[in-house]
Amino acid sequence: MSLKENFKPYGENAFKVRLSIRTALGDNAYAWDTNEEYLFKAMVAFSMRKVPNRETTEISHVLVCNVTQRVSFWFVVTDPLKNHTLPAVEVQTAIRMNRNRINGAFFLNDQTLEFLKIPSTLAPPTDPSVPIWIIIFGVIFCIVIVAVMLLILSGIRQRRRMSKGPTEVDDSEDKCENTITIENGIPCDPLDTKGGHINDAFMTEDERLTPL
Amino acid sequence: MEKARPLWANPLQFVFACISYAVGLGNVWRFPYLCQMYGGGSFLVPYIIMLVVEGMPLLYLELAVGQRMRQGSIGAWRTISPYLGGVGLASVVVSFFLSTYYNIINAWAFWYLFHSFQDPLPWSVCPLNSNRTGYDEECEKASSTQYFWYRKTLNISPSIQDSGGVQWEQGLCLLLAWLVVYLCILRGTESTGKVVYFTALLPYCVLIIYLVRGLTLHGATNGLAYMFTPKLEQLANPKAWINAATQIFFSLGLGFGSLIAFASYNQPSTDCQKHAIIVSLINSSTSIFASVVTFSIYGFKATFNYESCLNKVILLLTNSFDLEDGFLTASNLEQVKGYLASAFPGKYSEVLPQIRNCSLESELATAVQGTGLSFIVYTEAIKNMAASQLWSVLYFFMLLMLGIGSMLGNTAAILTPLTDSKVISSHLPKEAISGLVCLVNCVIGLVFTMEAGNYWFDIFNDYAATLPLLLIVLVEIVAVCYVFGLRRFESDLKAMTGRTLNWYWKAMWAGVSPLLIISLFVFYLSDYILTGTLQYQAWDASQGQLVTKDYPLYALAIIGLLVASSTMCIPLVALGTFIVRCLKRGDTPPVA
Repeated sequence: MSLKENFKPYGENAFKVRLSIRTALGDNAYAWDTNEEYLFKAMVAFSMRKVPNRETTEISHVLVCNVTQRVSFWFVVTDPLKNHTLPAVEVQTAIRMNRNRINGAFFLNDQTLEFLKIPSTLAPPTDPSVPIWIIIFGVIFCIVIVAVMLLILSGIRQRRRMSKGPTEVDDSEDKCENTITIENGIPCDPLDTKGGHINDAFMTEDERLTPL
Repeated sequence: MEKARPLWANPLQFVFACISYAVGLGNVWRFPYLCQMYGGGSFLVPYIIMLVVEGMPLLYLELAVGQRMRQGSIGAWRTISPYLGGVGLASVVVSFFLSTYYNIINAWAFWYLFHSFQDPLPWSVCPLNSNRTGYDEECEKASSTQYFWYRKTLNISPSIQDSGGVQWEQGLCLLLAWLVVYLCILRGTESTGKVVYFTALLPYCVLIIYLVRGLTLHGATNGLAYMFTPKLEQLANPKAWINAATQIFFSLGLGFGSLIAFASYNQPSTDCQKHAIIVSLINSSTSIFASVVTFSIYGFKATFNYESCLNKVILLLTNSFDLEDGFLTASNLEQVKGYLASAFPGKYSEVLPQIRNCSLESELATAVQGTGLSFIVYTEAIKNMAASQLWSVLYFFMLLMLGIGSMLGNTAAILTPLTDSKVISSHLPKEAISGLVCLVNCVIGLVFTMEAGNYWFDIFNDYAATLPLLLIVLVEIVAVCYVFGLRRFESDLKAMTGRTLNWYWKAMWAGVSPLLIISLFVFYLSDYILTGTLQYQAWDASQGQLVTKDYPLYALAIIGLLVASSTMCIPLVALGTFIVRCLKRGDTPPVA
């Protein structure tokens, strides 16, 4: 089955179109019939009319051929005098400029309504003026710096209070082992158990009874 | 008046600190890999055996030493024997290397976390090329997640020789990571004790949420079935046992001095035996739990990729043969392929080379570990989930908690000996010492933000801690059992906690564990020697994949320096102490 018989003389100006209606619309898919073909020809003619010097393109100038089950077909735009086909570059420019309108007419998009040989312009990614990550980074950075400053300042203040009166205020920074030794108001230094010098015979009651 | 040693507010803080330290990124991104490589469900057998035989005894030993000596690693080992101060120093050096390179992971986690607040996620789409007709070439050849990792995050250079400049974005994230760590360790145990509640518990919350989500994903059961099907023949593979032992060893963080530091802030009567068992059990169960989550995510990703592959084949066939749209489905694919091959043989043979063989098995079999797992594979799975921003934020937040929890232990290992030393702590307040350590580490860490930084990261990751740690822990056990004396240690423990030492621990400490470590050490050494020149994986932007390259000479020298600088501390300090003692004995008569 020869696919390009009808368009042999104008082969290089013909474009293949491929539609994936079921993929795009699922259960709401419409069937492709001659009426849809007519709409397609109308959209192509409409696109060509937007090109300078081609405002007189009619629907009858657009020829569609070899529709398959897929749905795919070839089309070509002929000159009013029917001698030759319009150059591919012109058709390509016209289709590219009106791609969105053509897609919209069929409820499809660039991937489901494909014009082979006509690459679609991909949408540029939205670039905010300030990248979002810097904003979030700035927020967290400021919070952390403020927290660090607060902790350092409270530490300095505590130390200043300690150097003024060591017996007045409990050293809450270094927790002592037994609360009992502080209650008397005298922060007793618990047994210095560093360096393996434990005097095993001397253990306070509370240490033996410490839970866990 | 001497200041009392700071203590944990309650024993729960100590347990949480240990869990927070031990449960780290290795549980999430190394254990699932090992499980997959060495037989799935049957890997649990060597893993549990090694846990009981090696993990628990060594952990108990370190906690007991710290609690008994009540000093950081340097002071503790110097007390055991004056010649062994080098062991503590080696621990500090290794911890210093570790904290230098480990925090860059937190910086990366911050980077991904901040980028998770966008729609669509930046690693889910490729950027466009210059004339906007297609996607960026490197991104097309690799995948969008790989492109985001290698180009946008690391901006990696083709080889370790091309250093490139410091990436300011990564530098900022590293600075933030160090500020957060500084905030947590600023006040010593008082602040660390409160932070560990979060760093220990929050990852579990996220893991549970991920478990529920993961198990309900389409295709999760494929991954789980693949992982847990035991391949019993792997039990005979010695590599499985060696890797199980290595994983237990490094996962618990033994030998860095962090556990000794944490335990030194304990009440002397704390029951560290119970804590050792609890911490090691929780660490291992977290590994297994995390691998369940990971494998359900793997299963989802593999199924998704498999179905995409099938859809591509279907599209290719539909377009080539102009079949009706929607006629070909996954179920009748083979049938139709057969029909087409017989009906249109010429055309079919043209199309055949482009038809990829889609296989669920091969998708599942891609085993990845390390940063690749988290920043490439997981992000690929997350971008395909519904509400992917939420899952991404949760995941990287969890990575942050795990990483910061481990950093707290690492910095404690460095700071505790420094604050114990009277010379330093009399001149500088605690905050200043912590600040200096963080600053020095941050500045050195900027090396890892350069374009070749990831290659240096791999060097540190593979060599800075592996061999030296084995040696350190071996010397530790030998020191406690034979230099200090097992019996003396046993009686000290009994006096301290009021419990007799079980025969099991004695047997492990004196015999089994040292033998295990010696065999691991021998295995590693022989592995390095047999492989000849060391190689690394470099990213080739033109091909969009990793290629293997040899390390240049100066990189090999630095590797040697890394290993030597920590291991040489042990003999050098012993020698130095010996010489000093000899000189002293020569000057003055010995005191009775």
